[in-house]
Order: sequence, then C-alpha cells, then structure tokens
Amino acid sequence: MQQSLFTALLIASLVLFCFSCYRRLSLVAVGTGEYRFDQPLIRLKEMLVYAIGQKRVVRRPFGLNHGVIFWGFLVLALANAEFLISGVFPGLSFQLLPKTLAGALSFAFDVCSLATLVAVLVAAVRRTVRPPFPEARTFEAYFILGMIALLMTAYFGMHAAEIALGKVPAGATLPVSSALAGLLAAPALAVVLPGLPETFWWLHALVLLGFMNFLPFSKHMHILTAIPNVFLRTLGRPNCQEREQFAEGNRYGANSIDQMSWKDLLDSFSCTECGRCQNVCPAASTGKSLNPRLVVHALKENLLENGRSVTTGRPAALIGSDCGQSAEASLWSCTSCGACMEACPVFIEHLPKVVKMRRHLVQMEAKFPEELLNFFENIEQRSNPWGMAPSERVKWASQIEVPTFEAGKTEYLLFVGCSGAFDARNKQVTVALTKVLDAAGVSYGILGKEEKCCGESVRRLGNEYLFELVAQQSVEQFRSKGVTKVITQCPHCYNTLKNDFRQYGLELEVVHHSELIKELLDAQALQVGTVQELGDVVLHDSCYLGRHNGVYDAPRATVLELTGTPVKELERNRENAFCCGAGGGRMWLEEHEGTPINKNRVQEALAKDPDTICVACPFCMTMFEDGLKDHAGATTQVKDIAEIVALGLKGAAS
Amino acid sequence: MIVVACIKQVPDTTQVQIDPVTNTLIRDGIPFIVNPYDSHALEESLRLKESHGFRAVALSMGPPNAEATLRKALAAGVDRSILLSDRVFGGADTLSTSNVLAAAIEKLAQEDEIGIVFCGKQTIDGDTAQVGPGIAVRLGFSQLTLVDRIEKIDLAKKTVTVRRKLEGRYEIVEARLPAMITVVRELNRPRYPTVPMRLASAKAQVELWNNEVLKLDVNTVGLKGSPTWVSRIFSPQRSEGEILGDGLKDPVGAALLLVDRLLEKDLLAV
Repeated sequence: MQQSLFTALLIASLVLFCFSCYRRLSLVAVGTGEYRFDQPLIRLKEMLVYAIGQKRVVRRPFGLNHGVIFWGFLVLALANAEFLISGVFPGLSFQLLPKTLAGALSFAFDVCSLATLVAVLVAAVRRTVRPPFPEARTFEAYFILGMIALLMTAYFGMHAAEIALGKVPAGATLPVSSALAGLLAAPALAVVLPGLPETFWWLHALVLLGFMNFLPFSKHMHILTAIPNVFLRTLGRPNCQEREQFAEGNRYGANSIDQMSWKDLLDSFSCTECGRCQNVCPAASTGKSLNPRLVVHALKENLLENGRSVTTGRPAALIGSDCGQSAEASLWSCTSCGACMEACPVFIEHLPKVVKMRRHLVQMEAKFPEELLNFFENIEQRSNPWGMAPSERVKWASQIEVPTFEAGKTEYLLFVGCSGAFDARNKQVTVALTKVLDAAGVSYGILGKEEKCCGESVRRLGNEYLFELVAQQSVEQFRSKGVTKVITQCPHCYNTLKNDFRQYGLELEVVHHSELIKELLDAQALQVGTVQELGDVVLHDSCYLGRHNGVYDAPRATVLELTGTPVKELERNRENAFCCGAGGGRMWLEEHEGTPINKNRVQEALAKDPDTICVACPFCMTMFEDGLKDHAGATTQVKDIAEIVALGLKGAAS
Repeated sequence: MIVVACIKQVPDTTQVQIDPVTNTLIRDGIPFIVNPYDSHALEESLRLKESHGFRAVALSMGPPNAEATLRKALAAGVDRSILLSDRVFGGADTLSTSNVLAAAIEKLAQEDEIGIVFCGKQTIDGDTAQVGPGIAVRLGFSQLTLVDRIEKIDLAKKTVTVRRKLEGRYEIVEARLPAMITVVRELNRPRYPTVPMRLASAKAQVELWNNEVLKLDVNTVGLKGSPTWVSRIFSPQRSEGEILGDGLKDPVGAALLLVDRLLEKDLLAV
C-alpha cells in the first residue's frame, strides 16, 4: 500500500518537476544565438574548479558555509537517490553493497546531514543578524533554508527511531543518529516510538518531493542552472562586447527579451540573489539606482512574464521603471568596471546586458544624457572627446623630440591616447613616459596628428555604430602603417587595441607601459636609482588593467624596485579594487545621483595616510586629482607609474 | 505647409588655417561640418514637422560634396533634401547666395505653401548673418532674427510669435506667416540620428537643382552677381600673455590684480 502510494507520488512529482523545468528553461530559447561550446575540456575544468570546487563562493565571508551545504548536497544526493529507489523497490539499497562500503556511505550521510543542518542554521542566523544585503530577509530565503533543515531533521528522525526500536544497530556508522536515538528512547515517547520511523519517512518523502517541485519556481533554481552556467561562461575575461550587424531593417541593442542572447536569459535563472554584485558595485555602493542584481532579476521577471508571448507580439520593454525593467538612469550609472562579474560565483555577465540596453537607447531612440551629444559628435568629427583640433594632438611634444612611427624603422607604436595628448595633467605623464622609453633605448614612434580616439568609451556607452566607424578607420590605419607592436599608457586604449580590435581581425601585440617598464627593469635595460621623495605609496588598480586584463603585479613590482618597499595595499585591491568612477564612458558624464564614486575611493586611499597615490591610467589620474581637491591641505600627490620611474632615472644619473 | 531649413556645409573652423600667401582658407584635408547654428535651424524644422504636420525640406547651396550635409539632414528626419549646385553659383557673396536660395524657395512654393524658413543666425566661416535676412527681403517674408524660442504658431490667423534674444534683453515679436527666422543655439538641442535613420539616409536621394532648374539670370548669381569679395584674410596679431601676481602663493591677490586689470581695460560689465 505504502509502496504503491509512494510510487504513484514519485512518478507524479517527477513528471511535474520535469514539466516545470522544461516550461521555464525552454524560455531561454527566445534569446538570440550565441556559441558557447568551444573548448569543452577547458570549460569542464573551469566548471569543476568554480562550480564543484566553489572557488569563488568560498572567497567571501560565509562562502564556506555555502560550500558545506553544496558539498553536503552532493553527498546526500546519493542518499536521496537511494531513498527514492528503495521507496519503490524496498530491497534495493546501499545495504546490498559490501559491508564496509555501505558502512562508509552511512557514515558520510550521517555526518553530512549534520553538517548541512548546522550550516543551514548558521545561514538563517546570518541572514537575520547580518544579511548579505538589506533586502535579503525574504520569506522565500527562509522557506528554502527551512525546507532543507526539515529534510535533515526527517532524515535523523527516521534513522534515530529505527535505532531506538532496535531495527538497526547503533554504532560508529551512524554516529549522529545513534546519539539522537538515546533521546527518542525516553520513556515518555514509548507510545509513539513504534510509529516514528514511518512518520519521519513520509515527512522526508513529502518534503523532498515538495521541495523538488518548488525549485523551478524559486531562486533555488540555481542548483540546476548554476553548474551549466559556469560551463557556459565566457572563457577568459568578458572585457569587450559582441559586434552588431548594421543593415537596413535590423534592430540594435536590446529592449526586449528576444534581443538578449539565450545565455543572458540563462544567467537570469542562475542568480540566487546572493547580493555580492551589488555590494562591490561602485554605483550601487554610492547611492545610485543601478543594482546589478536587480538588472539580472528584472530580466528574469520580464522573461517569465513575456517569454510565451514573444512569438505572437512585441514583448514588454526591458528599459523602464516597472517590474521586470531597468531604469534608464541606472543603466547610465554603470562604470563597466566589471566588479560585479568578478564577484559573481556563477559567472553571470552583467556588463554585456547593460551595454545591450544602452545600445538600444543610443541607436534606436537616440536617448542619452545630454553631455554625450557633444561627446559623440566630437569623436566622429574630430576624433577626440573634447572636440579639440586634431592638429593640437602633438602639442605635448612641442618641447621634445619624438619620432614618428615608421614600420621597419621603429619597433613600437606609442599610442598616446586622447588623455595623454590633450589633458594637461596627463600630458606630463606622456612626457615622463617618453623619457623612460628613451633611457631604456626603446625604439618607438607616434602617429602624431593622425592618431584617432580608439573609441573605448563610445563602445561602452552603447554607440556601437560610431565605434564601428572609429574602429574600422583605426584598424585600416594600423594595417596600412604596418603597426604590429603598440605601447599604451591608457588601460582603456590598451583593452580596445588588444581585445576589441581583434573582432576586426587585427591582432596587435599591445603592452601597457607598466608591463613594458617591468620588462625593461627585469632585463636591466633600464637603470633606475631609489626614489626617496615618494614616501608611502598606495597603488590604485585600474579596472581595465586589472580586472579586465589581469595585470596586477607589474605596477607593484615596479614601485617596489623604485622605492625599495612594497606598496601599501588599499582595503579593496587587485580583483576587488574599487573603480575610480570614470569607466564605461562615465568620464564624460556628470554624476548627479548619490555621492561621487571618486570621493569614495579617494577617502579609502587617504585612510592609509599615503604620501603618494600611484595610478596607471589617465582616467584614474583625473578622478584622483579631482577627488583630492576636496581635501584641503592634503599633501598626498597622485603620480602615474611612468612619472615614478622617470624620477628614478635622475637617481641613476647622479 | 512647408518648413524649410537652410543649412550650410562649412569647414571645421577650429581646424582651419589661413594661407599667408594667397589669403585664402587652407581647406585641404579639413573636414566639413554642418554650420552649428544651422543644425538648430534644422532641429526646429523637424520639431514643427512633428508638432504641426509641416513638410520639412532642407536646402543647401554649395559644391557637390555638400551632399553629405544634406544626407545628415535626411538622417535627422527631413522629408526632402535639395542641393543647389551649379558652376555658375560658385564664388557667391551673401547677396547672390540669397538670390539662389530665394529662387529655390519660390520654386518650392509652387508645390505647397511655405510656412517658415529657418536659418542659423550666421555661419562660422563667413560670420556675416546676411543670407537669412537676404532671403526674407527677396521673398517679402516677415524677418525674425536671433530667435531663441518659438512662443506660438497660429495657423488659422497665419501668425507666429517668437522670442528674440538680444543683448541684455528679450523681445517677444508677433509676425505674419510666411516668415524667415534666424535661430540662436539656445533655441533647442539638436537630435542625434538613430542608426536606422542613418542607414536609410545613406540610400535616400538628395535632389540636385542646378541653374537649368532654377533658371536664374547668370548675372545675379555666383561671382558675377556678387557686389562684394574678400580682398584679404589674415589672423590678427595676438599680444603676448603675461602672468599676474603669484597664483600659487597668493591666489586672492592674483585674482584682485586680474579684476583691476579687467576694470582698467573696461572689459567688465558692472
């Protein structure tokens, strides 16, 4: 009777579960195509490291707690499989295995159940006392924890009651259950004890099947999607976006779910709302409306609402202020720093989604903050963000001799970049860099007046059409001049020349000046003395050098070489570094919402009481110089890594 | 009813240099842009198209390569772009330019009634501010210059009310239609073309009207029809700058010195 009832329930549950999963997951098929199955072995390896190994999860406080629940779940999946099978075929269980193996399994299940129960309780307390983010105390979250706790309780109840009744011998293979059996053997429970194994068995069965069918409708869906999501991640770093096809009749960017890729949509099902992305987001943490978690969440809500009607009609907009939408203002406050993507344990890619929505706003509706009108026109008309005359591009070199690039005669192209060529402060960096290159005997030349903006900000701001024009011109120019090796002093130029231009078939060997200087020092091509006047140096990691391209060590090693002491690390450093606020095209926008991002970072730097803040990016330079102006009397100076090395040249000469 | 925007392709003056020998602008390799004031004229014509259902027509007199400017007008959303180009139009001063533009507007008037002709207040290359008024006079249109706001258009009474931005004051003026309005930059914020519009404009037709179409007396157009010509262009001599006070050690003192100097030269309006 019990057996056939359970069999019927199990079949019904499995059918319903499969149906629900299919209904939900098949919605991702409305997304656009994207190939994510190349290099399967590497993907498998990464999946083992990051999903099964929980590498990113355990990085943060309480991450280990999740690890315990996850690894416990993997072990207990076996126990639950046995439970379901022996419910249908009572003779079929692990007891058929050799005694030692069966005993070992029992022991593992018993211990893992306790570990899981404890971890779930810790999670509940943590969510109550110190929630991961303020809105995290949801019914859904506690319900999920409660269900897991109930499942573990039923498991122990079932085994302890059987031991108490003498049906199963107590012993070392079930240490926790045996201890609990003592409690159940209390005289007060003598009447109910004989019925307890069956009661707990059914409780376990119902909670298990019920929870299974709750999964597809909750954020706990991530236990099905997170592992494949890691497998399907962007290999390497997601530091540039896909190109678009410009042809009449096409739509650009994304304002509906069918314009997002299937992977974007799968991402939304993989989010379990841990809130790590929002905690590291420079916009969210300075009071702006952008919240990367909610961008992904809105996508999911929109998909669930409109996924079925997408073929019959135009689905609801992704951009707006309703449920299932992201507000325009929030999309414009993204600095494209990539901290959210770096923090996400399951490799959700927030930035491509933001850029896709910006692309829609700029290209389909011409809607963007008004400062950008001049910016876009300046880039298109005069190839620089400020609208300066292109002839002024070489003014920084008016007092010095800088050779022009010529293939065969000069090895490297020194791509000065717009900031390095036009911005007063950053021009000093360019001059310092040429001194360093000259001292090391590096063969390089510049494009002079002919250099054009690389278009990095244009692309992150979603004006892909303009970026396409800019990129094609530059790629053509580089090809015709025979440029193969490039030095950049701007991490934004660096990323664009190195990664974005690759999409146009141009493979350049690009080095950032901090990398090249490190190489020159290592090869002893560059002789420097110790620099005393810098005092305590803190280092600010540029997002486009660090997170987006993995260069962390070169600037540190260089400063060490110059000062003899390692840099003081900021609170948030390396892959956790906090953006200066100028990325993602924010350099050209006013910051109306919340508090300025650069002030936040400047305060963090000043907390270390440094004499020098070392940067390696012209945008960071501008943001720090500006931020320091609010600290009247602060004697801290901002120096680019090239300027620090140039100071060391004097030391070598004397 | 038709709204016309007269737009001119000009060299990007921030990049222009003067040839000291010939006293002409060195235009080689200098990119062309839409005269910035004209882009506001164009924008206003598009707004009237949207708000009052006018047909928007962009007109430009210039060499064949001015087609690029008219294509931008198409990308922004005008219904027609017409290039007025002929060898005999070349070398024109403001008088003969306004003859050609006025003739083109008269020709358009044969198709439909003209409501408003918008021009930028001046161009950044010639800076004369004469072509718009020239058109108004030759066509007998109301002439409203330096407009920074369209207050009202009454199609029933055929009037337009505008605000003129003058030095230190505004002036609200009502005039009969048709009117020629020159605009200042405060009037509006020009739109940025969407990508679909840009792609469509690349294929759209820019009409070409030469003198076979306009049939003007060749003595009234181009160099022949120009009573004025440029005899010399030169950059003014700039005197060397000087550093006042010590801004680093005594910024307030330096600022006071600057104020004194400005007052002395009567450069500050109090």
